[in-house]
Amino acid sequence: MLKLIMRRLVIAVPTLLILIAISFFLMHSAPGSPFTSERALPAEVLANIEAKYHLNEPVWKQFFIYLGNLLQGDLGPSFKYKDYTVNELLAQAFPVSAKLGIASFVVAVLFGVTFGVVAAIRQNTWIDYTSMTVAMTGVVIPNFVLAPLMVLIFAIMYRWLPAGGWNDGQFKYMILPVIAMATHYIAAIARITRGSMIEVLNSNYIRTARAKGLPGGYIIFRHALRPTLLPVVSYLGPAFVGIITGSVVIETIFNIGGVGQLFVNGALNRDYSMVMGLTILIGVLTISFNAIVDILYGLIDPKIRYA
Amino acid sequence: MSLLAVNNLKVQFSTHDGVVTAVDDLTFSLSEGETLGIVGESGSGKSQMAFSLMGLLAKNGQVSGSAEFEGQNILNLPPSTLNKIRAEKIAMIFQDPMTCLNPYMKIGKQLMEVLILHKNMSKQEAKAESIRLLDAVKIPEAKKRFDMYPHEFSGGMRQRVMIAMALLCRPKLLIADEPTTALDVTVQAQIITLLQELKKEFNTAIIMITHDLGVVAGLCDKVMVMYAGRTMEYGSVQDVFYKPTHPYTKGLLDSIPDLESDQAELRTIPGNPPNLLSLPKGCPFQERCQHAVDLCRTEKPALTSFNNYQQRACHLKEEAVA
Repeated sequence: MLKLIMRRLVIAVPTLLILIAISFFLMHSAPGSPFTSERALPAEVLANIEAKYHLNEPVWKQFFIYLGNLLQGDLGPSFKYKDYTVNELLAQAFPVSAKLGIASFVVAVLFGVTFGVVAAIRQNTWIDYTSMTVAMTGVVIPNFVLAPLMVLIFAIMYRWLPAGGWNDGQFKYMILPVIAMATHYIAAIARITRGSMIEVLNSNYIRTARAKGLPGGYIIFRHALRPTLLPVVSYLGPAFVGIITGSVVIETIFNIGGVGQLFVNGALNRDYSMVMGLTILIGVLTISFNAIVDILYGLIDPKIRYA
Repeated sequence: MSLLAVNNLKVQFSTHDGVVTAVDDLTFSLSEGETLGIVGESGSGKSQMAFSLMGLLAKNGQVSGSAEFEGQNILNLPPSTLNKIRAEKIAMIFQDPMTCLNPYMKIGKQLMEVLILHKNMSKQEAKAESIRLLDAVKIPEAKKRFDMYPHEFSGGMRQRVMIAMALLCRPKLLIADEPTTALDVTVQAQIITLLQELKKEFNTAIIMITHDLGVVAGLCDKVMVMYAGRTMEYGSVQDVFYKPTHPYTKGLLDSIPDLESDQAELRTIPGNPPNLLSLPKGCPFQERCQHAVDLCRTEKPALTSFNNYQQRACHLKEEAVA
């Protein structure tokens, strides 16, 4: 197990390097710079600014300067928020996104798996049809439709919950964003779980378990759940990264200062260091969670052994 | 009184194409310690008959008739009552040992759970007893193997584990659904020998479903020949094998290759079993029967008893077949 983790770490380094190089050169090859605006700056001022951010150097040199700083853990100064470094901005925004993301993820897994299992056990009954119709609706309704609708109903019409803001992640403020984030994932997980569970329940070893006179609930939880979760787990790794980093829409609608908002602003403002910092963050998360999924796979399926 | 008395057992499936009668009007009985062989081609309803006794039919399956086990009708029982009979009174082993054990659980756990749930044993007792049964089915180093996963066992070893699992609660009846079909020939022989020994040791009645007439001859007291869900012939192995009274039985026996003769081709019964959705009028076997007469094409032969409990379903006189 330790060996597997070590090997994953070693492979992660070149992967990240390639990711950094491609994003860096792509971004710098686009015409314009962070300081081109409608009103042209005086040439001397521009030269000063560019010198400060090393933009006057050739791109390859800029790349190595960036890498050098990165090795020291420095993601550089933000090009847009002049008094902040990217490290500071991320340190502020990431915990917010992480809290929202983890809450949504837990909700998504709990409800998704439960709905999927129940639908599978009651296959082709009204319970199954209802939950799968709801799940299908959840998959096809985009969160930028769902979120404003919920705000309209629960915040404006009934005034039960705040329409936006974060307030340090107070429970009341989290409810609507979490529901808006989790709905799609609940639906997706429920559908995967249902399909997987139905397949497992039709397998020969479940027939053996029934022939052994084991009670129904025992068979579901002790014999069927583990293999059912295999395809779910492989979906969860990328889904988790998506939930944490991809909450652009939700964070904008609810005005939550998380990573998603930084990303949008960074891209619009051509904030080079900010976009690079976020790319690296997402890359690291993706690599880590794929590794975690692989490790979980090994724990669930005894046939998988890592040499 | 017999251990199991099955009367007019019928299994039907409602499918998109219509109702399929997989098992039609079976009647047989089994005493304690007795072994009944059930032979027939694929699709003749052997396995579905077994599943119906265990309450393991697919959801679209319906069973009628009666099957009295120790005087209690075991068909259409509620799940909780059924679970008291499964494994405790009647156990079953299946065709494909490669997929019948849960690949995600250690075999020790799969054995122990039966004893813990049915016999309220403690973990230690259940473990000791499970290892005892693994020894009984001749699994070498049973103690070590106890903590292994199914994929670490060969096919024959897995079937041994299945047999050990089936015998844990000392059931009165073991239903073996083609237990050797998926195994290679030498392993088949070992498993059959093992079943022979266990039958004596545990005095378990066995319903042995098989394609292999040799297995029936070696292991069984009675035999039932099935075709298209129906009994063609039923009686003691002695009677049925040495004096077959049904053209189908005779055809099956004739298709056993003879080592002494140097015939180049295997003898077979020409044709294929009928589609259960559109059974021919009259006898289901008539299209492949050498002896078929006009009556066979119009009228379904009734199952008639003779010589005490023997049964046959054929319009022809016994002598005409032999």
